[in-house]
Amino acid sequence: METKNIMIVGVGGQGSLLASKLLGHLLMEQGYDVKVSEVHGMSQRGGSVVTYVRYGDKVNSPVIDKGEADYIVSFEILEAARWLSYLKPDGQIVTSTQQIDPMPVITGAASYPEGLVEKMRAAGAKVDALDCLALAEEAGSSKAVNIVLMGRLSHYFDLPDQAWQASLEAMVPPKFLELNKKAFELGKKA
Amino acid sequence: MKQLMLGNAAVARGLYEAGCCVISSYPGTPSTEITEEAVKYPEIYCEWAPNEKVAMETAFGACLAGKRAFCAMKHVGLNVAADPLYTMSYTGVNAGMVIGVADDPGMHSSQNEQDSRHHAIAAKVPMLEPSDSAEALEFAKLAYELSEEFDTPVLLKMCTRVAHSQSVVETSPRTEPEMRPYEKNIAKYVMMPGNAIRRHPFVEERTRKLQEWAETAPVNRVEMGGAKVGIITSSTSYQYVKEVFGDSVSVLKLGMANPLPVKLIQDFACKVERLVVVEEMDPVIEKHCKALGLAVSGKDALPMEGEFSQNLIAEKLGGEVHTGRTIADPIPPRPPVMCAGCPHRGLFYVLSKNKCTVLGDIGCYTLGAVAPLAAMDMTLCMGASISAVHGFNKARGAESEGKTVAVIGDSTFMHSGMTGLANIAYNQSNSTVIILDNSITGMTGHQQNPTTGYNIKGDPAGKIDLEALCKAMGFNRVRVVDPYDLKACDTVLKEELAAAEPSVIISRRPCALLKYVKHEAPLKVDIVKCVGCRSCMKIGCPAISIREGKAHVDATLCVGCGVCQQLCGVKAFA
Repeated sequence: METKNIMIVGVGGQGSLLASKLLGHLLMEQGYDVKVSEVHGMSQRGGSVVTYVRYGDKVNSPVIDKGEADYIVSFEILEAARWLSYLKPDGQIVTSTQQIDPMPVITGAASYPEGLVEKMRAAGAKVDALDCLALAEEAGSSKAVNIVLMGRLSHYFDLPDQAWQASLEAMVPPKFLELNKKAFELGKKA
Repeated sequence: MKQLMLGNAAVARGLYEAGCCVISSYPGTPSTEITEEAVKYPEIYCEWAPNEKVAMETAFGACLAGKRAFCAMKHVGLNVAADPLYTMSYTGVNAGMVIGVADDPGMHSSQNEQDSRHHAIAAKVPMLEPSDSAEALEFAKLAYELSEEFDTPVLLKMCTRVAHSQSVVETSPRTEPEMRPYEKNIAKYVMMPGNAIRRHPFVEERTRKLQEWAETAPVNRVEMGGAKVGIITSSTSYQYVKEVFGDSVSVLKLGMANPLPVKLIQDFACKVERLVVVEEMDPVIEKHCKALGLAVSGKDALPMEGEFSQNLIAEKLGGEVHTGRTIADPIPPRPPVMCAGCPHRGLFYVLSKNKCTVLGDIGCYTLGAVAPLAAMDMTLCMGASISAVHGFNKARGAESEGKTVAVIGDSTFMHSGMTGLANIAYNQSNSTVIILDNSITGMTGHQQNPTTGYNIKGDPAGKIDLEALCKAMGFNRVRVVDPYDLKACDTVLKEELAAAEPSVIISRRPCALLKYVKHEAPLKVDIVKCVGCRSCMKIGCPAISIREGKAHVDATLCVGCGVCQQLCGVKAFA
C-alpha cells in the first residue's frame, strides 16, 4: 500500500501527543509500518504544533510535506488554515471550530481571519468542522478534544470499532478511559 | 517483540540491552527523553546532573570503575562537556562509555544550529549516526562494542527527527556484562603532559583502525539502484532521499559519521556517473569527498540552514515536488508564549515598566523577549546572563548599574550561573541578579534539579538553599519576592537597583503547569465595568483577548493568577 499521511495540528498544550500515540498504536496493530514525528520543547509553550503520522507497507521520511496529507486533524481553526497547503488535492480536513487567538492577534498586531471554514472550502478543500470543545465538555472534560477528534476521524477509516476501542484502552490511563470512550462516541456520532 | 518507539526511547532500550549501568545527563531538547526513558529500567542508575560537563565526568568515573556508562545532552551541551570529551579521547575507557548528543537542525528549541560532527572530528572520537528508532537501538548497543574494542568513548548522534520520531523497533533481552576490574594505570588515566604525549599517538592509531573498520562495517551500506546517480547520505537525510527516489538511485548510507571510510566512498564513486552528498547542516561528508579528489555536488544545491524534507530534496535534485492549495488571507503567526499563569510574566512586566536592560538566559523565560513584554536584551548560552551583566556594568559603570539586571532560572543557575555569581562577588561589580525560581527545569518538560529537593525518580533528594548559597558567596542583599505580586516586585527591584552593592533577587513561585500547583478559579470580566483600555493586554497573557472592545478571559486557559487584576484601573476582573 502507498504510504498514507495524517497531520495533527493545533496549539501547544492541546493534547496532540495522545492523539498521535493512539493513531500509532491503532495502525501498528493493523500491521502497517508506521512513523510518528512530533516536536517537543519550546513550541509546546502555546506555539503552533504539528505531528505527522505516516503508515503503509514501508515508510521512509518521518515528516509530511506540502501537498501530501490525506487527512489534517486540527484542534483549532486557524491552525487548519495555516497547514492547508500540506493537504493533498483530494485530502480531508477534520477540525474543531475552536478559536484561540495567537499573541500577534492579542496584541493587535494582526487580526484573526474570518470565515476560515468557508474560505478553505472555496479553495477546494473538504472540511469537516465541528465544535469539539463543546463535545469534550459534554463528555466530562475540555481536555478530551483530542479524543473527540479521533472519534470524528474514525468516520473516514475503514476499520472496525473494536480496533479503535482497543487502542483507546491501550493508550489512555484507566481512570480516564470511560470519559475518553464517551468523547470518542460523541465525536463519532456528531 | 515489535513495537513503535520514540527514537530517544529506542536509545534508552539499546542502553538497557547493552547492560549500561550508570547514566548521568542534563536535560536539553531534543535529547531529554533518552534519560527519562532509561530511568524506567530499574537495572540502570540514572540521574540529572547540574550540567553536561558534570554528567560526562560522572559517566566517565563509572566507566573507569568498570561499568558501562552513558550521558546525554543536546548539541550545545556538548560544548559545555567538550573539556572532558577531548581528553577522554586520550585516556580511553575501562568499561564502555557512550555519549548521546542530539542536534537540532531547524532550531525547534535551540539557540544555534551547530553540527556536532565537528566535535567528533576535533576530539578524534568515533560517532555513530542512526536514521530511525531501529538503528538508534542497534547503534547504542554497537557503540558499547566499539568503545570497548577500540578503547574510546563513542558519540551517538541523534537529531530532532530521529530523536522525536516513533518508528518500529524489535527489542531483545538485556545482557549483563561482568563488571570490569579496576586497575590503577597512571600512564593511561593521569593526563599530565608526560603521559598525554604518549597517549596521543595511540589516538591517531586508533582513528586509523576505526577508519579501516568503517570500510567494511555493516553500518555503512551501499544500496545500488543504477549507475546514473549515486547519493551519499546519513541520518534522517537518508529517509528523505529514499522517500523521493526509492530504489531509482544508488545510495551509500553512512551510519558512522566519524571516521569516514575512504575506499568505500571511492569505490561507490566509481560505480556512478554523478555523485551527490545529501547531509543536513555542514558539508562534512562533502568536504571529505572533495579531499579525496572526487567530483561531488552537495551544498551547491542544498542549504546549510534548517531541516531537509522530501519536497526540498525533490526540488533541488530533480524529483517530483508536491504542492498544495492556500487561501488568500494572511495567517497570523503563532509563536510560543509564556503560559497563562506563568510566574515569570509578572516579573517581566515589572522589568519592562522600569525600562531595565535585561541580560537573559536559556529557559522558558527567554520568552520574556516576545512582544508585548519585550523585556530582554540578550540571550546567549546557559549562564551567560550573570557573567554578562558583570561585564556590562564594568564597561558602563554607574550609568548601567542602576537599571541593568541579569535574569536566570533556577536550573540554569545551577548549571552554570554560580561561577558567574562568584565573579561578581570576587571582582565586585554593583550588579543585580534575578533568579527566576520556578522550582523545576521548565522548558524541557519538568525535570528536577539540585534546588527542587527531588531526584529524577521524584524521590526526596539533596536540596540546595539558594538564599544561603548567595549569602555564602558574599552577597549581603538577597531578597525573595512573589512574582504574582507586582507592587512587591516593583519595590524590591527599585531598592536593589539603587543599592550601592551587588544583590540577588529570588523571584519565587512554582511553574503553573506543575501538577501539585493548585489553581484559582478562572477570572471573569465584568463587561459593564470594563472600559476597553487594554491595560490588561500589556502582560501578553494568552488567556486574555479583546472581544467587541472589551477584555475577555478564556476560562479554559486562565488559572486565576490575578496579575491582570492588578493592572485594571476599574476593577473589571473578578
